Amino acid sequence: MMIAITVKNIVKTYGTKKETITALDDISFEVNGGELFGIIGPDGAGKTSLFRILTTLLLPKGGTASVDGFDVVKDYKQVRNRVGYMPGRFSLYQDLSVEENLEFFATIFNTSIQENYNLIKEIYVQIEPFKKRRAGKLSGGMKQKLALCCALIHKPSVLFLDEPTTGVDAVSRKEFWDMLQNLKKQGITILVSTPYMDEAALCDRVALIQLGKIMSIDTPQEIVKSFKGQLWAIRSTKMYALLKDLKQYEGTISCNSFGEFHHLLLKDDANEKELLTYLNQQQHTGIELKKTAPVIEDCFMQLMNKN
Amino acid sequence: MIKEIVIKAEGLTKRFGDFIAVNKISFNVEKGEIFGFLGANGAGKTTAMRMLCGLSIPSSGKAAVAGFDVYKQTENIKQNIGYMSQKFSLYEDLTVKENIRFYAGIYGMGRASAKEKMNNLLVQLKMSNEENNLVKSLPLGWKQKLAFSVAILHQPKIVFLDEPTGGVDPVTRREFWNLIYDAAEKGITVFVTTHYMDEAEYCNRVSIMVDGVIEALDTPSNLKKNYKAASMDEVFLQLARGAKRSSD
Amino acid sequence: MKQFIIFVKKEFYHIFRDRKSLLIIFLMPIVQIILFGFALTNEIKNSNIAVLDNSKDEATVKIIQRLDASRYFEVNTYLHSQADIENIFKSGKVRMVVVFPPNFYQSLLHSNKAQIQLLADASDPNTATTITQYATNIINDYQQELNGQTNIPYQIQPQLRMLYNPQLKGTYNFVPGVMTMILVLIAAMMTSVAIVREKEINTMEVILVSPLKPLLFIVSKAIPYIFLSLVNLITILIVSVSILDVPVNGNLFLLMAESLLFIITSVSLGLMISNFTKTQQEAQMFSLMSLLLPTLLLGGFMFPIESMPWPLQAVSNIVPSKWFYLIVKDVMIKGLGFSQVWKESLVLVAMSLVLLFISFKKFKTRLA
Repeated sequence: MMIAITVKNIVKTYGTKKETITALDDISFEVNGGELFGIIGPDGAGKTSLFRILTTLLLPKGGTASVDGFDVVKDYKQVRNRVGYMPGRFSLYQDLSVEENLEFFATIFNTSIQENYNLIKEIYVQIEPFKKRRAGKLSGGMKQKLALCCALIHKPSVLFLDEPTTGVDAVSRKEFWDMLQNLKKQGITILVSTPYMDEAALCDRVALIQLGKIMSIDTPQEIVKSFKGQLWAIRSTKMYALLKDLKQYEGTISCNSFGEFHHLLLKDDANEKELLTYLNQQQHTGIELKKTAPVIEDCFMQLMNKN
Repeated sequence: MIKEIVIKAEGLTKRFGDFIAVNKISFNVEKGEIFGFLGANGAGKTTAMRMLCGLSIPSSGKAAVAGFDVYKQTENIKQNIGYMSQKFSLYEDLTVKENIRFYAGIYGMGRASAKEKMNNLLVQLKMSNEENNLVKSLPLGWKQKLAFSVAILHQPKIVFLDEPTGGVDPVTRREFWNLIYDAAEKGITVFVTTHYMDEAEYCNRVSIMVDGVIEALDTPSNLKKNYKAASMDEVFLQLARGAKRSSD
Repeated sequence: MKQFIIFVKKEFYHIFRDRKSLLIIFLMPIVQIILFGFALTNEIKNSNIAVLDNSKDEATVKIIQRLDASRYFEVNTYLHSQADIENIFKSGKVRMVVVFPPNFYQSLLHSNKAQIQLLADASDPNTATTITQYATNIINDYQQELNGQTNIPYQIQPQLRMLYNPQLKGTYNFVPGVMTMILVLIAAMMTSVAIVREKEINTMEVILVSPLKPLLFIVSKAIPYIFLSLVNLITILIVSVSILDVPVNGNLFLLMAESLLFIITSVSLGLMISNFTKTQQEAQMFSLMSLLLPTLLLGGFMFPIESMPWPLQAVSNIVPSKWFYLIVKDVMIKGLGFSQVWKESLVLVAMSLVLLFISFKKFKTRLA
């Protein structure tokens, strides 16, 4: 299979000699052609620096990277002709209408809306009724769709989406990911970053990134499988007290709230009977304890604690 | 036992011309409750929250916050609430100490009590070593925790949190919620908006706004039961999918 | 070409949809030129003066009549002795005293030379300078008239330090000045802000990643503001001709061409500023501090450059406004042709080329 993106030992630092911040610390990975690859990590993990290096906007301090076979430093002009890019906090031109924005971006990429209309059709029809509306007056979800259309209009072979769903509500986020799945079917390689851990499951493969380092790269299924230990889901009538008591419990490795349950990881020598006795001593009622499968967020936290 | 009601809204409405941003919403929030205020972008959350904070005068309806009227006693409301949002939290170019002192100052705290509070806070957040560092040099998660602590420094009756955990890593996000629980246990009412649906589960009660009206309001478990959903995410999707309008 | 057209079109959308800024851009020249023209004019009318005429002959009477008849002076006191001069100044009744020596006309006729003493109250130095100039001009007029009657030139020498300021009418000075100020502000500030805005809203990242050439980006950003500045120029000229009665004495086409040159210089300055500023606020502040102040202080129309200490005079040479102000004064007020202003024009051309070259070289094709 063709490799669309190669990243080898990329290092990026900011600041002066006295005080340097390492944004990317020796990062390497590869993305296959046609893959939907997710960079998952919180703010400040280095996602945006990575995207800017790959879209030729920043020079790395060390290491090499190539997109579609072209080096991001030497052949930056070729790279620019081949990628579609949607920066984080990308706000389009608020005072231009939907149609004017799209036409503008089509033209500066040397193409026209008509030429690649079939590529964006599915997304564009959803915002077409508002094509005369100024972009500034669109909802978050619609802005996202328009921005995606603008990034796609020149038929890029690799699409870079930096935090496209940040600050967007759950419904729009779901719609956005459905659109990405459809684009993938058309053979476009997509690199997408997100701070929402639950979105990892929607990618073919993901890299979990924290403090400029990649903690793990694999398919979401494999990452979940690599979780160490048996995870328990537990709840009672007093959740916050339960959390505090579980953290105090000597058999506990980690305990994190997780929606209506707490996710609990026990030491090998601990067992559930002893745990229940302990909790009864602490006067917890309505205890429900069951085995549960970990999700990406559990893995992320386990990896974070390890480092 | 009758619980004290700290936020009471009745038919609260805000119009911008022909557009009804918030349409006759009514609800009560009890003292010490963690109240989740959810809704899609453009559902009217921000407008509703602004009215409750005394920043925007309602078009019609009634509301009282901490016992004060949102039409006439907005200054009293401001003395009794704390506010923190993802966008505005602290002054990046001031140190941790200077930020705390500044907020203590604008709420009229005496020098001695401000100093004591500051020290307790720094110990609680394990940030004593950072007190003279600029806020911009702190990791995002720390900033958010510090911002929250500063927002409740003057022991307000209610604290309004507007998407406080956006972009924060999963471990810090949970630490942040522990701070929220601690505040609630001390009797501070927490009014919070979020896009993380798992966080909706941490609330005592959750309201979901759709197109300017409160479409559902109940405990997370009752909501899931009523909408026959496995998670709050599903409840939210069921309700918000029906939304007609969309604007920020 | 298509890229260029759509980019320029987009810039015009930005300009025309921002109603408030648009209003400011178009109203600012009108308001300023009227403000400067009427309210802040340095023309001083109807100053009271006293005369000590030790000669009382044909010539002195005529000169006094002329001074009195002009709109600048009212001769309200005739003094009798040298001692009266100090008293009348102390009383504050007059701003200037004109002293004729004995046998004024006689010495003018016989030796072709005569002296007049002009004493001004210099506690307000600007006023003093201005009114002595007015008086000098009136005296010079009379002298020229006399010269017309005879072959031998008569010389009346007013005793005062002459300062450069050829115009009698104050408004004349301000039209070229305001023109310079408006053009440099609109062209440079608007251009820099327009570019920096793209950085602020992150559209710059996408544009950089696009195949759009940097040169095309720079040119298409500049064109709309060159156009806007030309509109402003025409507004200023119409207002000054119709409301302020300041005519365009020279070739209008030359004036427009020189203005276009200066607009290009200013736009290049704007491009430079946009290279090293990150926010619109920064760009605005920088434009104001680095363009408006030097234009006002060193441009030559508020404070005469000739009376500045030499370091400031030297610095004023790198202020483009200074050169443009000279050109406008020559072409518009004095009615001179290109042969008289080619040197100044060449300076502006050179400045534009250097600035454009640097902007283009420094244009960042990447972030940071």
